[in-house]
Parts: sequence; C-alpha cells; structure tokens
Amino acid sequence: MDDTTRLTSEQSIKLFIQRDYSEGTAVKFQERFPSELEGKIDRGKFIDIIRHINSIFEEAEALSCKTFTENCCACLTGYLLLLCMPTHYEKCVKRAARYISEENERTLNPKGIFMLDPMEKGLRCIEVCITNNRR
Amino acid sequence: MSQYVESRHRVFCYGRCITGQNHSIFCLALLLITVTSSLFFVFDCPYLTKELSPLIPVFAAILFLSVICCILRTACTDPGILPRATPDELLYLERTDNTQTVALSGRVMELQMRSGHVLQLKFCQTCRLFRPPRVSHCSLCNACIANFDHHCPWVGNCVGLRNYRYFYLFLLSLSLLCTYIFVFNIVNIVLRSQNNSTVADAIRETPATMAEALICFFSIWSIIGLWSYHTYLICRSVTTNEDIKDTWATPHRGGNQINPFSRGNGLVNCFAALCGPLPPSFLNLRAFVKEENSIPMTITGTNNNNNTSDGIVGYFPEENGNYSNRVGNTSGIHSTQQQRYLPRDYA
Repeated sequence: MDDTTRLTSEQSIKLFIQRDYSEGTAVKFQERFPSELEGKIDRGKFIDIIRHINSIFEEAEALSCKTFTENCCACLTGYLLLLCMPTHYEKCVKRAARYISEENERTLNPKGIFMLDPMEKGLRCIEVCITNNRR
Repeated sequence: MSQYVESRHRVFCYGRCITGQNHSIFCLALLLITVTSSLFFVFDCPYLTKELSPLIPVFAAILFLSVICCILRTACTDPGILPRATPDELLYLERTDNTQTVALSGRVMELQMRSGHVLQLKFCQTCRLFRPPRVSHCSLCNACIANFDHHCPWVGNCVGLRNYRYFYLFLLSLSLLCTYIFVFNIVNIVLRSQNNSTVADAIRETPATMAEALICFFSIWSIIGLWSYHTYLICRSVTTNEDIKDTWATPHRGGNQINPFSRGNGLVNCFAALCGPLPPSFLNLRAFVKEENSIPMTITGTNNNNNTSDGIVGYFPEENGNYSNRVGNTSGIHSTQQQRYLPRDYA
C-alpha cells in the first residue's frame, strides 16, 4: 500500500468508522455502512465484519472469572506476571488484528478496500481506505 | 534513552515506561517513604524482633515492597492517553457532518445513550477529536486521558483508565505501611519505657523512632482520607473529575440521574475497577515513524544512530519481528518496508 496519508487523491479515499458510545465506554464500533462503499462491497458482508470485530472486543471487555483470576494472580506477584504473559485483553486485540488482516486478504483487498487495525488509532475508529484503481 | 511524544509525557526504557513531565514531587514522595521505612528497619526492628517477634520486619518488608511496586507501576504506566487525530480524520469529520455551520472547535456532539442519558461530547482543540465519554484533557500532561481521574503530582503522572487500580492499591498499601510503622513506633517506645521506667529516656534512646512517628502521624490522616475517598468513588463508579464537577448529580433532560457507567452494585463496581480487564496502551510507543507521515502520539525523536540526526528515524523490528506496514525507513540499519500488514506489538 503506498502513501495512505492523503484523504483523497487519484489513488485513494479514506473513511473512518467511529466508536459507538451509546452503551457506555466499552469498545464498540458503529455498525453502519458508509455511503462511499456503495457498489464496492455487499452491505451485509461489511457490517458482518464490523459486528465480528465488536464481538471480539466485547469478549475482551467482559467481566469474567478468568479476568478476575488473572488480575488477582498478577496482583499477588507484584504485577511481575504481566511482564511475562499477555493479558486476555491483549490476546483479544491480537485476534482482532489477525481477523482484520485475514478479511483484508480474503474479501476486502480484491475489491480495492483496505481496513486498518483500530489499535493503530488508539481504538478510536476503524480507518478504511478505498483505492480508486481496481486491480 | 528518553524521548518525547507530542504530549508532555516522557518515555523511558524503549517504550516500556511513560511518565508525566515533572518528577520532583514524585522523587520527594519516594524519598519520604524510603527514608521512613529505612529508619524503621534500622532502629526499631532489631529491638522489636528481640522483644516480640521476627515476623514484624517481615510484614513491614512486604508492605514496603508493595508500596514501592504500586507507586512505580502507577507512575510508569500509560494512564490511557488517547492518540491525537490525524488531519485525515478531521477532514472526514468536517465532510460528513456538514449540517452545522460552526467550525469543528465550537461544536458539541450529542450522544444519546441507551440508558436514556444525553451526553455532550466536546471537541478537544489540542488533540483534535471529540472527547469520548469520561475522557478529559489534562493540561499538565497536554493529552486527553481515558477515564480521567486526576493528575497526581505525588506520582508524577495522570491517574486514568489504565493505572487507577495501581493508584488505589498504592494508597491502600501506603495506609497500611504508615499505620504499621506508627503502631510499632508506639509499641517500641512503650516497651522501652517499661524497661527503663521513663518515656523520656526511651525517646532519648531511639530518637529516630520519634521522627518516624511524627512523619507517619502527619501523613496518616491525608493518606487514609484519600484512600477512603477513592473507595467511596470506586463503589459508585465515579471518577474524581466527575465527582468534583458533580456530573451525575444534575438532572439531564430526558434521562435519569443515576450514573450510566455504574453497574448498579457497589461490589461489582469495585470488582470491575480493580480486577476488570485492561486494554493495552493506545500509543504504539515502540515504533519510530517518519515525521512527514504525521502519525501523532508516537515517538518522533532521534534514536541513537548518528546518521539520523535530521529527526527522521528508521523503524526497527520488535524482538518477535512484528512490523507496521505504514512506516518506512529512509536511512539506517533496518531498511525493510513491509507491504503485508502484520499485527503490532503491544507494550
């Protein structure tokens, strides 16, 4: 992917899927279909991708016994445990990044769309780049 | 090697530690804690071990270590700094929301929550983004912090989403340590005065004990007070910032007055605050980027190489070989520009 810093150029358009804060501060992206993607990709498919990302983050932020034991053990070891192994949240974030990378290769790139890992933007938005020249 | 991000934070240890700008009060706090504890170990513990039990210095050591661990963890953890928006995001925001004629900086985004609350999200001029709920801009650190509680000078950093629990545990362990030292100072004086028959003689034998007792006595009130205040805040799931501004006390139109971020039960709120999941740092502190790319909130200083003195640095791979595909290298040792997207490494 060449220089992706310009919003519109001969090569690409950038759009941003913002966070959905209607249910609180938990990580959730707006499940909407941007109008710029009309005709390039099936509406349902795109929203499915966003929904899947949201489900991964929902799992990351869930209060479960696993998180509780993980944090208690970390506390008892003086938080040195956190230096040795990744937390459940970090694993989920990596899973989301892997999923986006797979979807890019499988579905989106052939249609000239490129989705960026939201972690690059501090989980504020999902950046989607559309290239104008079809492959 | 310490480098600067676009806010006033400092980064150490190759991106593993991020602290605030001013460290002087933090050093003072560390000094006070270390000096008082050392005096206790050197002057009180030998006598108390002989007279009472060898477990006394053991518990004191455990408490001291947990205080140091927690204060360092609070001071060196990214509190939840939000990376600044790129110019492209701003352009897109302005383009999509063209119903308003006011410039972005004067706009307020209304957020209708499922619970019925209507929140007003303000635009942050410095960070160039609409502040999400519970996010506040710290003028001392010059960054928007998630779940912003307050800026703590004793810790030299903001207290926010990612280091609140460490701050709370620091207060708890420091309260316990202070009380412990104070109690055993009194016990020491009492025991000595029983053996020597006057309190004045006992004090003259161990002047350090009086010094520690005084320090502990004067700090106990504020530390225990602060700890109780934060326990109360945790049970209500309210940040210090929201409590000071009375955010959830004023009636909102169309909504109820209960805090929408509370889970209803004080115990569950405690559990969520202290043992809940924590996101990794939003800043990719271990990547170096080209300055022209303008990807803010990552390190844009120079590295150790002499051939990158113009501020443009190379991107070096992490130990496990992860790269970011948007970063290129103009000069330097590591010259690969990854075309294929790979997951980032998390600090």
